[in-house]
Amino acid sequence: MGVMDFELKYKPFSERSILIEWPAEIALNILNDVLIFKDHIENSNIKSILQVNNAYSSILVIYNFTIDKIYDEISILKRLYFSRNSKTKHITRRWKIPVCYDDEFGLDLDEISEEKKCSKTDIVSLHSKADYTVFFIGFLPGFLYLGGLDKRLHVPRKKSPRFEVRKGAVAIGGQQTGIYPNSSPGGWHIIGNTPLEFFDLSKDRPCFANSGDKIQFFPIDRNEYQNILTQIDLGTYQLESEVVDD
Amino acid sequence: MIEVLKAGLLDTVQDSGRVGSQEFGVPFSGAMDNYSYALANSILGNPSDAAVIESTIVGPKLKFHADTSICITGAQMQPAINGNAVRNNIEISVKVNDILSFGKKEYGCRIYIAVAGGFQTKKVMNSRSMYKGITDDVKLKKGDILPIVGRHYVDSKMFSSIKVDKTHFYNESIEVTIGPEYEKLDTHLQELLVNQEFTISVNSNRMAYQFNETLHNSLEGIITSLVLPGTIQLTPSGQVIVLMRDCQITGGYPRILQLTEASINVLSQKFLGDMIRFKRIK
Repeated sequence: MGVMDFELKYKPFSERSILIEWPAEIALNILNDVLIFKDHIENSNIKSILQVNNAYSSILVIYNFTIDKIYDEISILKRLYFSRNSKTKHITRRWKIPVCYDDEFGLDLDEISEEKKCSKTDIVSLHSKADYTVFFIGFLPGFLYLGGLDKRLHVPRKKSPRFEVRKGAVAIGGQQTGIYPNSSPGGWHIIGNTPLEFFDLSKDRPCFANSGDKIQFFPIDRNEYQNILTQIDLGTYQLESEVVDD
Repeated sequence: MIEVLKAGLLDTVQDSGRVGSQEFGVPFSGAMDNYSYALANSILGNPSDAAVIESTIVGPKLKFHADTSICITGAQMQPAINGNAVRNNIEISVKVNDILSFGKKEYGCRIYIAVAGGFQTKKVMNSRSMYKGITDDVKLKKGDILPIVGRHYVDSKMFSSIKVDKTHFYNESIEVTIGPEYEKLDTHLQELLVNQEFTISVNSNRMAYQFNETLHNSLEGIITSLVLPGTIQLTPSGQVIVLMRDCQITGGYPRILQLTEASINVLSQKFLGDMIRFKRIK
C-alpha cells in the first residue's frame, strides 16, 4: 500500500475549535489515517492546542483560548497533515474480553434468534469470533464504539429503549456492538454481560482500551463469570492482551 | 463546613469543568453560566477554577459552621442571611451559625454561590463538577456537609456591588455561528432558523435545551461525530436541540449551528417558556 492523502475538510466549529473531516465512512484505512494525524498533532506540542479528540472520520482540535486568526491555524494544521508519516505505526493492543451469553444476561437473544433465523449458539459464535476495532469512546464515559460486527448480526435498534440496561451488558445495535460500562438507559439488543470494568475511576487512565485497539470476546459460563468477578474484587484478575502485529 | 438545611430544585457543585477527559467519553460539565461563575470567584479573589454551588430556579437553605465570606451571582432570587436581604455580586461576610436562604425568583434561572477558597469536595478526574457515574453524588440534598477552607471573619471593605449588565439576563438574542452541517440546510430552513422565535421547552436541563417549535426537514443523519457544548442539532422529527455543558461528547444528528461561549452563558439563565432568537454572526 502506497502513501495515500485523503481530501480533508477543515471547518471552524466553536470559537475555540476546528473540526477536521475525512470522507464520511466507517473504515479502517480512514481510522488509521485519523489516528496518525491525531498523534502527529499531539506530538507537535503546539502550545495553543488544549486537546485533540477523534470520532469515526473526524478530529476535533480544541484550543486553549478563542482562536484569533482561524485561517492561520488551519494552514498550520494543513501543513502538519502533509508532514505526517503515513507509515507510522500507531501501536495498538488486542484485548480479550470474557462474556457470559447465558439467558440470564442475554435478554434479547431469543428475539434476535427469531428475527435473524439464526440459532442462539450461532449468534454467540458469530459475535465471539470477530476481531473488533475500537473507533473511539463516546456516548457514555468508557463506552467503546466498536466496528467489525458480522453482517448477519446487523439488527435495527429496539423500538423502545430500556429504561435501565445493566452494567457490563454486551449489546448489538445497527452495525455496531458495544458494552455498557455502567447501568444506563439504552436502545441496543442485549446478548450477554462481561464482568470487566470498562470505566474504572481508581485508575489513572479509566479506560484500558484506546482508539485503534482491537477487542475479541470469548464466551464464559456462569461459574467463570462469578470467578472473574471475585478476582476483580480481590485485584488479582489478569486482563489478557497482546500487541497487535498485522 | 457548610451544611445543606434544605435543597432547592437542583443544586450541584460545579467548577470550570472536566477538560482533558473527553478521550474517555467524559462530558465537559462545569458551571452552565460560566460568566456568573467566573464573576463570583473573581469577587472573592478565588482561583479561577474554584468550585461553587449552582442552584436552579429555587435556591437552597445553607448553614455556615465556620466564619467565611461568600458571593452570590447569576439569577436574582432574593438572597438573605438570617432573614436580612443581601445583594448579589458583592463579597458577604458570614459567621458561624448564619443561615443563607433564598426567596422568589426575580430574574435568571441559575444562582452561583461561591465561598472563599472554593468548596473542597472530592476532585474526580481533575474536577469537582457533579456528574452521574463520575462523582459519588449528583446533587446536593438535605444534611449534606460541604468542606470549605475557612477564613477568619473580615469586615468587608467593599460597599458597592459589581454592576452586572442586565442584558445578560434579558437579552433574547442568542449569537450563533454556522455548524459543520449548516450547508446541508436549504435556504428556507436557514432563514427560518434566524427569523423564527423559539420557546424554551420543559425538556431543558444541564445536558441540553429544547424548544416547543419544530423545523420540518429531510436532513440525513451523520455518522457519529464530535459535538461540543453550544452545538445545535436538528433531529429528523424536527427537534432543535442545543447541547449544554453536560452533553455527551459525540452525536449523530446534523450539527447546524454553534452558540458562542457568551451565548451559552446567556441561554443558561433562560427558563421554561422564555423566548429566544438565533442571530448569525461571522
